[in-house]
Amino acid sequence: MSDVVATPPAVPITTGGAQATPSGGDGFEGGIEGSALGDRIYAGVIWLFAVCVPVLLVLIAVSIFIAGWPALHRFGLSFLTSSSWDPVNGKFGAAPAIYGTLVSSAIALVIATPLAIGVSVFLSEFAPPWLRQPVAFFVDLLAAIPSVVYGVWGIFVLIPLLRTALIPFLRDTLHLSVIPLFSGPNYGYSMLAAGMILAIMVLPYIASVSREVLMAVPRSQREAALALGATKWEMIRGALLPYAKSGIIGGVILGLGRALGETMAVTMVIGNRAEISASLFAPAYTMASLIANEFSEASGDLHLSALMAVGFVLFVITIIVNAIARWLVWEVSRTGSKG
Amino acid sequence: MRCNWVLGALALVACAGGDKSASATKDSTSAANGAVASSGADLTGAGATFPFPLYSKWFADYAAKSGVKINYQSIGSGGGIRQLTEGTVDFGASDAPMSDDEMSKLKTPVFHFPTVLGAVVLTYNVPEVTQPLQLTGEAIAQIFSGKITKWNDKAIAALNSGVKLPGTDILVVHRSDGSGTTYIFTDYLSSVNADWAKAPGKGKEVQWPVGIGGKGNEGVAGQIKQTPGAIGYIELVYAKQNNLPAAAIKNASGQFVAPSVESVTAAADAAAAKFPPSTDYRVSIVNGPGAAAYPISSFTYLLIDKTLVDPTKGKKLVDFLRWALTDGEKEAAPLDYAPLPQSLDTRLIARLDSIKVGASGT
Repeated sequence: MSDVVATPPAVPITTGGAQATPSGGDGFEGGIEGSALGDRIYAGVIWLFAVCVPVLLVLIAVSIFIAGWPALHRFGLSFLTSSSWDPVNGKFGAAPAIYGTLVSSAIALVIATPLAIGVSVFLSEFAPPWLRQPVAFFVDLLAAIPSVVYGVWGIFVLIPLLRTALIPFLRDTLHLSVIPLFSGPNYGYSMLAAGMILAIMVLPYIASVSREVLMAVPRSQREAALALGATKWEMIRGALLPYAKSGIIGGVILGLGRALGETMAVTMVIGNRAEISASLFAPAYTMASLIANEFSEASGDLHLSALMAVGFVLFVITIIVNAIARWLVWEVSRTGSKG
Repeated sequence: MRCNWVLGALALVACAGGDKSASATKDSTSAANGAVASSGADLTGAGATFPFPLYSKWFADYAAKSGVKINYQSIGSGGGIRQLTEGTVDFGASDAPMSDDEMSKLKTPVFHFPTVLGAVVLTYNVPEVTQPLQLTGEAIAQIFSGKITKWNDKAIAALNSGVKLPGTDILVVHRSDGSGTTYIFTDYLSSVNADWAKAPGKGKEVQWPVGIGGKGNEGVAGQIKQTPGAIGYIELVYAKQNNLPAAAIKNASGQFVAPSVESVTAAADAAAAKFPPSTDYRVSIVNGPGAAAYPISSFTYLLIDKTLVDPTKGKKLVDFLRWALTDGEKEAAPLDYAPLPQSLDTRLIARLDSIKVGASGT
């Protein structure tokens, strides 16, 4: 293992040395040798640091993959598609956890994105200056609350509210229980609860980034729209938001990354049931909470390996999401600058 | 040239760093053990979380009495067994006995020493019901299989004549994290219900037919308290300390027995009377004999190598066990742990002599 650790940095260091040479050449006449040497060492060290990060990432991915390989090899593609997570009989399928992770994160974004954009538009366009700072401060403060506190709040406030107010309202008053999305027993602990908790948790990330992006939109952009006779609303819709689109998408993706990996708060409210259900009120499971729940008492090598494989799948999904985000931001800003 | 040399040296340092960190985990554990030993403390153990409050009191009291310091990490039974297998601790602790598969991976065979008993309590939230519910293993299995879904089901009503049961849905709550509590509970259900033994089976995590999962005793208890109509299982200690309602369960002799320190010890007493002299104590006592026995009871174990190579450590460990099985047992009941029955204590103390201390055994 140590060979693998040591070799990759060694290569970039030599490259680093070569890179450092030209920059070392234009030092002072007096202390050429010393400063060139200093530069080279400095450049080498910086290169080492820079290379460490991707190397670390690759090593983590590789080691999780190796640990998860026995399970991935044994179950093959059915590890991703099977719904049976049965440690007693050594059958492991991660489909419910993958589904739960994706759906709970999607619910979170559906709730949080309009809210966050609304908050940031208000703060950048409408709020009087004396209100701007305090509101922004409180929104940012949401990000500072530990996730276990969100979980406790979920158990004692959100869940009872869902169980006694929202769910009966949707079902009995609006008669929506015929739709599978709103059917099944009413536990309170559910996919919906997890999505709502996550929405609150990712809100500050999206709002912060969006606010910064909107504030950075040049004044001329706004004034041009207004000068053409646009109302304030038309200016925001036609000039402001399109200009800031790529940045806002970036913020949403940052929130999505947080939602995909969130463990503690979700575990406390989602009901931890490895089953794919059409109903939002049914308990579900996420990959992160599955690992957190079962790791400490995992019995047997295959079980441990299956949990590592779940970790690897989560890792890959996160990377794919981030790649899509990069592409989206790039695509949006490219077409934006064209038009 | 000089620059290259310096860079080379840097790379070497990096390599050395890499080497160190790669082997750091092993070194630091053994180094820590060595350091602990030389500074006058002596034994390390790891494992079950359930008996940890009692064990930590034992270790503190024993250190005060004998000066022997014991460092115990409550990382869970599975982790304890792994660490014992790797030889990084002097003893392990587990709520469930080790499986044959786990035993086969050990370098040195181990003894299972029961220390105290754990029990699993059925707790519920039915506001309409004021007196303790009575349940049978069969009814519990039906509820947790999703076959009984209403509180006023005939099967429950027949066991609780005179109790007004509501017609609401039963909401099942189980543990979501791997746990010895789940093992004991599913072991019991498997022993009373043939279908359960086939389908979910017994284990620290099982595939539950119905219900929602809570993390830890507090997670399950919290969900039950919050949800009218809920039922779930938790540790006796946790139930007692939080004054949660507990169902009386019908035992193998046909008696309804409420969970208590006494009824759990009684279960061990009746079961131990039938142990063969050569038993390795890797036995289940759920649904055992005895009129006063609470049926969902189980031992928690310390796992001790049969041959303790280091004579100093070995003697300290055996001395500690002797103390734990005599004076230590008296500390159990006040902390709501069920102590071992006297009959079993005597047999276990006699078995201490069969531990080989020092290399003479090999």
